[in-house]
Amino acid sequence: MAITPIVTLSLYSPNACRVFGEIMKAKIYITLKNGILDPQGRAIQQSLQTLGFDTVGEVRIGKFIEVNLCETDRTSAENSIKGMCEKLLANTVIEEYQYEIIEA
Amino acid sequence: MKQTAHFIWHQERSLQGMDAIILPGGFSYGDYLRTGAIARFSPIMDAVVDFAGRGGMVLGICNGFQMLLELGILPGAMLRNRNLSFICEDRYIRVENANTPFTNHCEPGQILKLPIAHAEGNYYSNPVTLSALQANAQIVFRYCDREGKVTSQANPNGSLDSIAGIRNAAGNVLGLMPHPERGAEHLLNNEDGLYIFRSMISALEKHKTPQTV
Repeated sequence: MAITPIVTLSLYSPNACRVFGEIMKAKIYITLKNGILDPQGRAIQQSLQTLGFDTVGEVRIGKFIEVNLCETDRTSAENSIKGMCEKLLANTVIEEYQYEIIEA
Repeated sequence: MKQTAHFIWHQERSLQGMDAIILPGGFSYGDYLRTGAIARFSPIMDAVVDFAGRGGMVLGICNGFQMLLELGILPGAMLRNRNLSFICEDRYIRVENANTPFTNHCEPGQILKLPIAHAEGNYYSNPVTLSALQANAQIVFRYCDREGKVTSQANPNGSLDSIAGIRNAAGNVLGLMPHPERGAEHLLNNEDGLYIFRSMISALEKHKTPQTV
């Protein structure tokens, strides 16, 4: 019986994380756009004022997301973070996003 | 209603042979990031977008409405309910446009009593989009009181312009927060939801939707 050789291609499924490891970290802040009612923020504002923090003005609630990236190039890291925010992480009808990218 | 229904798993990719699509509610995806945000990336959704784009009839209920918004098939977005609570109760809605495939069995201004069950049903769009919705009679249902008056008190969630349901500009896609399927049984003492399903069946009998691929 002939033996079928098993061939492993080294380029099979190139994975940046296997090559570079997690090098950069993106810190992403997602908030409701100005002028859009934030019922959660308002509830917390009232609670803080009830607690006696009488210097409290408007409170806005948002999301903070950290994404580790297997990436060495800052521009391409920025491009992929922008893509993630536009496509999934933020709903740009009601939300806006900011991010910073640091060495992990 | 003497209609054949098929359940389509979110991992499937084809809607072949379907006359109409109903995207149901019920927190089917856990809403981990935003309501409907993860569901819209299901493999089947490409086929839904394609079906809607070719004029196929699509009804999105509750979480299904939220998916249609995230997909951009319908304009706008959902915010948390004004009172921050999950609301589960019967509400009245007024038929603002009875000339749609989803409401042709209703009278203009007819009042339907249907259950709502959501925490994010506070519809929002920018002023330009809202004007377009109003101008094109795309607002199909508004929350109202028992007498049919649209008031702030009758608006359960703070929805802009008391919007409970909207259609797309072409008219073949409707999203609404109330649950017609939960008010469609004599046993449950509420059959108002049947108006919507009967309308859809009549519309389909009149115009067969394009063949799906």
